[in-house]
Amino acid sequence: MSTVAAERAAKKAAKPATMAQALGRALRDSLAEDPTVHVLGEDVGVLGGVFRVTDGLTKEFGEDRCTDTPLAEAGILGTAVGMAMYGLRPVVEMQFDAFAYPAFEQLISHVARMRNRTQGAMPLPITVRVPYGGGIGGVEHHSDSSEAYYMATPGLHVVTPATVADAYGLLRASIASDDPVVFLEPKRLYWSKADWNPDAPQAVEPIGRAVVRRTGRSATLLTYGPSVPVCMEAAEAAVAEGWDLEVVDLRSLVPFDDETVAASVRRTGRAVVVHESNGFGGPGGEIAARVTERCFHHLEAPVLRVAGFDIPYPPPMLERHHLPGVDRILDAVARLQWEAGS
Amino acid sequence: MTVMEQRGVYRPTPPPAWQLRTDPAPLLPDAEPYRVLGTEAAGKADEELLGRLYAQLVRGRRYNTQATALTKQGRLAVYPSSTGQEACEVAAALVLQDRDWLFPSYRDTLAAVARGLDPVQALTLLRGDWHTGYDPREHRIAPLCTPLATQLPHAVGLAHAARLKGDDVVALAMVGDGGTSEGDFHEALNFAAVWRAPVVFLVQNNGFAISVPLDKQTAAPSLAHKAVGYGMPGRLVDGNDAAAVHEVLSEAVSRAREGGGPTLVEAVTYRMEAHTNADDATRYRGDAEVEAWRDHDPILLLERELTERGLLDEDRTRAVRYDAEAMAADLRERMNRDPDLDPMDLFGHVYAEQTSQLREQAAQLRAELEASAEEGAEGAGGADGEESGR
Repeated sequence: MSTVAAERAAKKAAKPATMAQALGRALRDSLAEDPTVHVLGEDVGVLGGVFRVTDGLTKEFGEDRCTDTPLAEAGILGTAVGMAMYGLRPVVEMQFDAFAYPAFEQLISHVARMRNRTQGAMPLPITVRVPYGGGIGGVEHHSDSSEAYYMATPGLHVVTPATVADAYGLLRASIASDDPVVFLEPKRLYWSKADWNPDAPQAVEPIGRAVVRRTGRSATLLTYGPSVPVCMEAAEAAVAEGWDLEVVDLRSLVPFDDETVAASVRRTGRAVVVHESNGFGGPGGEIAARVTERCFHHLEAPVLRVAGFDIPYPPPMLERHHLPGVDRILDAVARLQWEAGS
Repeated sequence: MTVMEQRGVYRPTPPPAWQLRTDPAPLLPDAEPYRVLGTEAAGKADEELLGRLYAQLVRGRRYNTQATALTKQGRLAVYPSSTGQEACEVAAALVLQDRDWLFPSYRDTLAAVARGLDPVQALTLLRGDWHTGYDPREHRIAPLCTPLATQLPHAVGLAHAARLKGDDVVALAMVGDGGTSEGDFHEALNFAAVWRAPVVFLVQNNGFAISVPLDKQTAAPSLAHKAVGYGMPGRLVDGNDAAAVHEVLSEAVSRAREGGGPTLVEAVTYRMEAHTNADDATRYRGDAEVEAWRDHDPILLLERELTERGLLDEDRTRAVRYDAEAMAADLRERMNRDPDLDPMDLFGHVYAEQTSQLREQAAQLRAELEASAEEGAEGAGGADGEESGR
C-alpha cells in the first residue's frame, strides 16, 4: 500500500477519542514496548486514576508495572528516583496540580539536577504527569496552573499538550526522553474529543517544537495547553472585527521554541501571550521578554499578556471571572496600537 | 506471583471485628543499646573481622583528621567530620556486598571511602570542584546527599527496582537523628515496609542536629522505636561498638536479602567535633560531655578488646598506623594540587541535548573567557612592547 493510501486508510479508521483516552493509550503502548517503563501513583491501579487515564493498565500489565502507592507524593517521586537510578523508566502520576507540591523537594533537589550533579553519569528518565489548570469546577487546591514553578527549575522539561493527537505523541516522547519531563495535562481538555486512530497515531515529534495552529497576518496569540482552544475561538471571533490572528501552540515551555515563536511574531508584528497561570511572575513575562529581545524592530506594539489574575485560584463559582476568555483576549488584541501601526 | 502480590491483600474488617495487622512485640527494639565489645558476646566475634574493623577504624580516624586539616588549609570548602562515629561508617561499608548500594548523607564520606572509593573522589563535593566526584553506578554509592533524608526514598526505590528485576541487591541508607524528623524519613520507611523492600535504614544518633539536641527533636522512646509504627523491626545498638554495629547491620542486610523486608537500626554514638569546621560547638554543649564520650571512643573500645585477647601487638599496631598515614599523605598530596576545571562544563550535563537557550549562554561564556584570555595575553604583550620601546 502506498503511503498516501495508508494515510487515507488510517484517517478512515479514526474515531472520536478523548484526550484522556489518548494519554492512556500512550501509557499502554509505552508499557508494552519497553519493559523498564513503570507507572506509579495514587489510585492508578484498580481505579484507573481519578481521571481514568490509567484505566486497565494494572489489569493488562500487572501490579508490578502499574502500582498503587501509599498516599505520599514525595515518597512516590523519591522512590521513582531510586527506580530510575537502577535503570527503570518510571512514569509518576500526581493526582492534582496542587497535590504535587509535597514532591517539590524531590523534583528540584534531585530529579532536575541528578544528571548535572553526576556529570552525566546518572540521568533520570522520569516522567511526572500532572493534571493542571482550572475550568472544571474544582474546589480549592484542584485547579492550579503551576507551570511557572517547573519552568524556573533548570534540568526539567515542561511539556503540555492541547490536542488529542499531541497528548499521545508528546507523552510517548516524554516517556522515551532520557531527561525528566514534567508533563502537564490540561484537566479541562481531558474530555475534549477529536477523530483519532489509536492504531496508527501520528508520528511523535521531538519535545521542544511549537506549532502554528492557525495562520494569520494581524497578530500572534502565543499560548499552550488549556488556553489553546480558547485562543482558537478568539481567532475565529476576531475575523468579524477584521483581525486575522495567528495562534501558536507552544506545546513545550522547556525547551522553548524561540525560532517558531520569533518567526511568527516577525511576520505579524504583534503578539499577545495567553495563559491561565497568574500574570505576575508567570510564563508570560518570560515569553514576552524573549519575543521583545528577538523581534523588537518588527513589533508594532508592546507584547501584551492575558493571564489569570494575581490571586489564589478562586472558588469554582467565581472561576469564570478569573480564566482568560475570548472577550479578554480580543480586548488585548484591540490594544495592540492599530492606529499607530497600520 | 508478582512482587507486589507478595504483600498480601488487605480488606477492611466489618465492625465490630478488629484485630492488629501485625504483632508489634517482635518489632520492638531492646531497652538498652546492644553491645559486643567487653561483653560475653565478644567471645563469639570473628577475630579476623575484629582485626579488619580495627584497621579501618584507625584509617577512618586518620581520614577525618586529615580532612579537617584540609579545611584549615583552604583545600576543602567545608568538612562535616564523622570523628567518633567511625564504627558506624566503617561497619555500614563492610556489611555490604559489591552489588549492594550505599546511600550516604554528606557526613558519610568515610563510609564511601571504607567501601573503597578514592577519598579525593569522595571529597569532591566538599572541595567544591563538582557536586559528585564519582560515577554512582560504578561504585554503587549514591551521590552524597545534602538535603536531609531525601536520599532515603531513593534507597527504597532502588531496592524495589532491583527486586522487580529479580536481582539480589540490598540498599543501605544512612541518616542522622535530625533527619528522622523529616517527612521523607517517614515516607521512605512507610514505602519500604509496605513494599517489603530490601533496605536497611541506619540512623546514627550522634546527639545533635547541628546544635539541637535529641530531646528537642523527638519524644519517641528511642528512634529505633519508630520502626514499630511502620511494621518493621527496630534495633538499638551501641554505635561506638564496631563489632555490635557490624553484627546488627549484617543481620538486617541478611534479612533484607532473604525477602524479610526493611529494618531500622539506631546506632547511639556521639559527634566529637562541631557540626562542620564552620560551626562552634561550645555555644551549645560543654566540654565535660565531650570528655565523657572520649572514654567510649570506638577505637579505644576495640583496642581494649583486641589487646585483652592478645590480638594486637606492637607490630600490628604499627602496620595499621603506617597504612593510615600513607593514605593521609597521599590524600594531602593530591588535595594540594589545584583541580583542573573547565567552566564550559557548566553547560555540559543539564540536559541530554543542550537547549538552544543553553547553547546561546555557553557561547556567551566562551566569548567572555576568550576575551579575558586575550586581555591577559595583550596585557603581558603590551608590557613587553613598552619595555622594548624604551
